[in-house]
Amino acid sequence: MIEIKNIQKTFQGKTVLSDISATFEQGKTNMIIGASGTGKSVLLKTIVGLFEPDAGSVFYDGRDFHQSNRKEQKIIRSEIGMLFQGSALFDSLTVADNVRFPLNVHSKMSESEKDDRVNTCLKRVGLEQAANKMPSEISGGMQKRVGIARAIVMKSQYLFCDEPNSGLDPQTAWMIDQLIHEITDEFNLTTVIVSHDMNSVMEIGEYIMFMYQGLKIWEGNKDTILDAEPKELRDFLFSNKLVRTFKGMQ
Amino acid sequence: MRRLGEYLIFLWKMFSNRESFSTYLKLFFQECVTIGINSLFLIGFVSLFVGAVIALQMAYNIVSPLLPKYIIGLATREMMILEMAPTLSAIVFAGKVGSQIAGGIGTMRITEQIDALEVMGINSASYLVLPKIFAGMVMLPALAVLSGALGIWGGWLATIFGDLSPVEDYIYGIQNQFVAFEVPFAIIKAFVFGFIVTSISAFKGYNVKGGALEVGRASTEAVTTSCIAILAADFILADTLLS
Repeated sequence: MIEIKNIQKTFQGKTVLSDISATFEQGKTNMIIGASGTGKSVLLKTIVGLFEPDAGSVFYDGRDFHQSNRKEQKIIRSEIGMLFQGSALFDSLTVADNVRFPLNVHSKMSESEKDDRVNTCLKRVGLEQAANKMPSEISGGMQKRVGIARAIVMKSQYLFCDEPNSGLDPQTAWMIDQLIHEITDEFNLTTVIVSHDMNSVMEIGEYIMFMYQGLKIWEGNKDTILDAEPKELRDFLFSNKLVRTFKGMQ
Repeated sequence: MRRLGEYLIFLWKMFSNRESFSTYLKLFFQECVTIGINSLFLIGFVSLFVGAVIALQMAYNIVSPLLPKYIIGLATREMMILEMAPTLSAIVFAGKVGSQIAGGIGTMRITEQIDALEVMGINSASYLVLPKIFAGMVMLPALAVLSGALGIWGGWLATIFGDLSPVEDYIYGIQNQFVAFEVPFAIIKAFVFGFIVTSISAFKGYNVKGGALEVGRASTEAVTTSCIAILAADFILADTLLS
């Protein structure tokens, strides 16, 4: 479980995150949604420690990340897997070496154990055939799947996904959503996804937090979101024709 | 001054929270190949021709019959060892390797690969930059020594094929009044230039914000800033070590 308490973040005098608190439970796909520029990615990067909050705390199963020393932070980081918006695979490494990279950093496994673990993860995302290819030789959807394999290779407890569907066709996006959802269930992960894709929200959003101009406006789940009160959320939701149609059918 | 402060903080960040020695050792050898061995041909080619041109121009400028012909060899040796081998190699190195380092690290920055390293708990500055700096500080002196040798050989070839002077005079010239300290002086200069080029280029790439345009700009700035810093350091080192 991840708890964030009263997170604030300012860049050059502009408040990007204002007093954000939330609880992301284990075994659930937790989603942070909102329009572009509302601070979703900044919040995610603050949670994983890429940004230092101006105020507030992030707790990983009770461990305060930003108050921990380097050694404790390294332990928490070994339990974190992250899928970046553009996959962020290392260009100079093959698919297998990308997946293997966190093991080389954090694990004391033997080389054959690492090979087995990499093969298992690549098989889990359906990419065992692409192990020796370079990232530039595979499609965007495959790169996302490699990113997921790299994120889970350390048997992570926390999975973070920044816009996992961006730049993907609807079918591939759906497949990535399902893969993230299945992996969350299978390994009982605490998964946090930043997205503005309403299809994803309605498919896998077990906890949903809506942000608007750096503020948390609403929280709930996919069953309650269509009846939510805040105007900002309704404007965001019903700008999508599919959602309007779906709401009309209910 | 602000940029200088950021540069010093960047250097400090590299040395704090380091990775294991074995990690650096492996990366160091990879970088020696990438930035050193792969620069061999270009620096060798440039040095050979620069040496040949120095010999030709010396011969062209010796108009007085009172001046001995061995001056061609002596001047080629002095210019190559004292200035051309370390400084010209460093400037070619900045053009080739500096832009490559800034472009590579800058691309990693904008494609979030550096963020991925940080999320994994790796000190990205140290992991990406430290092996490059050490490789630069080892390989550029080696390249400078090679450059000096090839430049003097280029002068010898020009002397033969251009019929500038008897070969014996050229050989005598490159041995005459030789000051042994000039070789370590050139190596010290190349060592400092290696640090300058790799650290400045890495700093420029590491701090890229934006997209492809900014990466291109960082590559250009890496080369220009490195060249200016090389020339400034060249003056300071000459003033300090030769006076």
